[in-house]
Amino acid sequence: MTAMIVILGLFGLVAFYVIGVYNRFVTLRNQTQNGWSQIDVQLKRRHDLIPNLVNTVKGVMEFERDTLTAVVDARARAVSAAGPAAAARAEGELTQALGRLFALAENYPQLKSNENVKMLQEELSSTENKISFARQFYNDIATKFNTGLQVFPANVLNALFGFQIAELFLVPDAAEREVPKVDLSMRK
Amino acid sequence: MNLLEQQAANRRRTWLIIAVFVGFFALLGAGFDLFMLGSREAYVPVGAVMALGVGSVSALAGYFSGDKAVLASARAVPIVQAATAATGDARFRLHQLQNVVDEMAIAAGLPRPQVYVVGDPDPNAFATGRDPAHASIAVTQGLLDTVSRDELQGVVAHEMSHIRNYDIRLMTVVAALVGAVVLLSDWKTRMMRWGAISGGGGRRSRSSKGGGPIMLVLLVIWLVAIILAPFAAQMLAMAVSRQREYLADASGAELTRNPAALADALEKIEAQVGPTRAIKRGSAHLCIADPLDRKLTQKEGFWSNLLTTHPPMAKRVEALRKMAFEKA
Repeated sequence: MTAMIVILGLFGLVAFYVIGVYNRFVTLRNQTQNGWSQIDVQLKRRHDLIPNLVNTVKGVMEFERDTLTAVVDARARAVSAAGPAAAARAEGELTQALGRLFALAENYPQLKSNENVKMLQEELSSTENKISFARQFYNDIATKFNTGLQVFPANVLNALFGFQIAELFLVPDAAEREVPKVDLSMRK
Repeated sequence: MNLLEQQAANRRRTWLIIAVFVGFFALLGAGFDLFMLGSREAYVPVGAVMALGVGSVSALAGYFSGDKAVLASARAVPIVQAATAATGDARFRLHQLQNVVDEMAIAAGLPRPQVYVVGDPDPNAFATGRDPAHASIAVTQGLLDTVSRDELQGVVAHEMSHIRNYDIRLMTVVAALVGAVVLLSDWKTRMMRWGAISGGGGRRSRSSKGGGPIMLVLLVIWLVAIILAPFAAQMLAMAVSRQREYLADASGAELTRNPAALADALEKIEAQVGPTRAIKRGSAHLCIADPLDRKLTQKEGFWSNLLTTHPPMAKRVEALRKMAFEKA
């Protein structure tokens, strides 16, 4: 009789544990998805702004066709990128292409004084800031979710539940990854 | 102290201050019953009950709409309204301000606060509200005119961390209640002067009949409480705000990951010597920099600790520069 009660009690505890783990995974997964959708909103906004920018500057910057094409292509790749990891790579390239465009635009006084260009540049840099701040939040929560899935004994239970590891949104640091330009001309 | 402890401490202090405030009102009312009405044969605590009511109502009003009172007293204009009136570069700057606020809301993981502009040429900024869902950030036109985008981001991040750790609730309630105490004690002193002239004799005969020396001591305590209350209330506001400016600087820099920009902004704000006229004495402790430009704010020590709302700017800049250096 007592053995029955003990066994039943143990079953109850295990059941409680399993339910608890499952519910924690669901909560974390939803938070992760929410974090991703915050980034996604900003990425979409960025993709929408770029055609406006290109249309505004292309009349003046007609000799910079290569740079403009690079931006348009990078945008197309970013739009079609699926999942956080692929998106992060494509967005990193887009950031670099845009950086070159803005650096070149500095040479055109009529662009620098153009209200429209100024506003688009502000919108784009604000969007980039928002992405980088939202990224931090997303990566934190996704890492928490992944760690929860991978530690023992929750990982054994997950064979039952089948939650997928979340991809991180890791933007390669442009300054870090780019090959440094070495000036060997030794100007004196 | 981590963020949750800060929030809990601020909630606790808010309730403590409200309790002290309501208690003070009750004391005033009880004293009014004892010394002004004085008929202790059929004692009806008219004053005490009324004062308790008035105290509770104004505490509630301070809690729920203190932010509106603070914003109205500074003549703050909602950003949308300011933007429709502005043109060209001013409009662009307002747009940038809204963007910066949105960025910091994302960085802090908070809902987007309301943004206001105060038409004052001196650079300053403050945040108010009762919790992150009911929060407002106001910046002066002077700030928009003097600081760069990165510096503006630093200032907004400072305000955003006041919002995140519930400093705004405590400071807004203090602002509202300090205002009420000052108002009340003005009114009480006038009442007493009037009472002393019209009914002084009668009161003396009654009190000599009843209490004697004990009543006299109580009367003195009561009078001292009324006279000192506004000072005590303002001192409270000062003590409450001084230390948390350092904290908001540090956690603001954590949000932007750019302590140097906030340090630059603080230096620019400090360089503008004039006081921020739009911001009244009662809400000085809400601001990022002392709007009254008191000389004492420059100093460290017991008296400046007691009598100023802000730590010396040089110290704050130094602390931020150190953060920037350690990060690099």
